Amino acid sequence: MARPEMQQDTEMPDSGKTIVMDVLRYRPEQDDRPVLQSYEVPFSDDMSVLQGLQYIKDYLDGSLSFRWSCRMAICGSCGMMINGRPQLACKTFLRDIYPEHVRVEALAHFPIERDLVIVMDDFIEKLESIKPYIIEKQPRPLAEGEYLQTPAERDLYEQFSSCINCMLCYAACPQYGLNPKFLGPGIIALLHRYNLDSRDAGAEQRKPLVNSEDGVYNCTAVGFCSEVCPKLVDPANAVNVNKMEAAKDYFLRLVRPRGGGK
Amino acid sequence: MSINLKRSNAPVFWLLFGAGGMLSALVGPVLVFITGIGVPLGLLLPENTLSYTHVHALAHSWIGALFLFAVVALFFWHAGHRIYHSLHDLGLHPGAGAKLVCYGVPLLATLIAVYALASMGYS
Amino acid sequence: MNTPAGNGRRPYMRSMQGWWRRNTFYVEYMIHEATALFVAAYAVVLLVGLVRLSQGQAAWNAWLAALRSPGSVVFHVLVLAAISYHAWTWFQIMPRTLPPVMLKGKRLSAAAITRSGLAAAAIVTLMVFFLVRGLWA
Ligand code: SF4
Ligand code: FES
Repeated sequence: MARPEMQQDTEMPDSGKTIVMDVLRYRPEQDDRPVLQSYEVPFSDDMSVLQGLQYIKDYLDGSLSFRWSCRMAICGSCGMMINGRPQLACKTFLRDIYPEHVRVEALAHFPIERDLVIVMDDFIEKLESIKPYIIEKQPRPLAEGEYLQTPAERDLYEQFSSCINCMLCYAACPQYGLNPKFLGPGIIALLHRYNLDSRDAGAEQRKPLVNSEDGVYNCTAVGFCSEVCPKLVDPANAVNVNKMEAAKDYFLRLVRPRGGGK
Repeated sequence: MSINLKRSNAPVFWLLFGAGGMLSALVGPVLVFITGIGVPLGLLLPENTLSYTHVHALAHSWIGALFLFAVVALFFWHAGHRIYHSLHDLGLHPGAGAKLVCYGVPLLATLIAVYALASMGYS
Repeated sequence: MNTPAGNGRRPYMRSMQGWWRRNTFYVEYMIHEATALFVAAYAVVLLVGLVRLSQGQAAWNAWLAALRSPGSVVFHVLVLAAISYHAWTWFQIMPRTLPPVMLKGKRLSAAAITRSGLAAAAIVTLMVFFLVRGLWA
């Protein structure tokens, strides 16, 4: 359905090429289970999968729901399964898939709210639980000025600070799919990022999460999370490094006097 | 979701899994070749390589005994842990029974290995 | 999760049935996990050997004789393949499991870590092989 009165997100491409997009639809008010629906979409070589979906919404079927915002791989809202692999729709191009069909489904391992929109409450709750902010050793008066950090200190955590919360790694992680209580790759990467920051003193507070039954040991080092991460965060590394940290803590607490931990 | 803060006991088994994985990656192939292929077929190795005198002497020295113990026990712990997780991966919801087998067999094997080595004494 | 909540929301949870067939990355993961079956089988062979050794020369020689049966040799060829594949994949994953390895102030690349692991395995293999051969030949 066209929306002539509104500004449209896409223009009609006139390359003459069309690609078939098979999109997983789920409309809770009418569908028992998700079903694939095919659309034939005219496209040009500069069009992303996201733009393909926008074309569908603007010209073919206004009822299609999906999330997006920045169109430039930084907001993390357009994650979906594209031909079975978790990817950012704005960073994946139709020309690279053509002449195959593009199969687009909601991000795996999350409940589907509607069409390509997932329920992410679980992720948000976990995100809050790790205190994703710098916890100071003691309150720092403004007069003391800014924190100083050497490039070497910054290098330690920089990679883990690139996370855009896109949840692709959760859709790649079978352990999260099998046990949604698992804290999961992206959140642990972010937790690791704060623990590694020289300005932060919150590691002790975050430890119980790492060490818990829903913590790092749910990971079996599949490693697909790090393969699909669009920001090269390497969440698998954060998880596995924290297994060693948790193991140290497990045994050290036995030799440490009670309440004597730093 | 409610966040569970119960401490996991996995570190014990994970460390044994990791140690066994590393040891089997380093010496596994050569040991399998020596005991299972080279010596039985007389391939690249003299036939008396695994003669009773040789191997008994090895098991009799504390360093040899330690090596044999580490190989046998850690291979078991590595495999048990991995198989337990594979059952979970396959959606078989391993219960207490599977856990008992996957970790109980390595424990039993460890005890048997200690007993066998100790019964030979050290020099 | 699939029940009406009274507000029109009815979040749909997909099944994990057969998840490991969904892409080649998962299939490879399941194969390298399955090498544990062969490691377990070989551990049993070694444990039996240890027990036989403690029972004296006759028992030990019977164990050696059993290893010479064609079935045993074929079995060990399979174990060798599986355990070598385990070693290969173990070192492929190693860069993901280690904290950053610094060398002269620079972070060692993933490929370099994998290569060091494989090199260590090769050295240990040669050492054990020639130790066994040299000491007892
Ligand atoms: S770690 Fe990577 S894949 Fe996971 S949420 Fe962050 S950016 Fe996305
Ligand atoms: S729209 Fe922002 S990451 Fe794709």
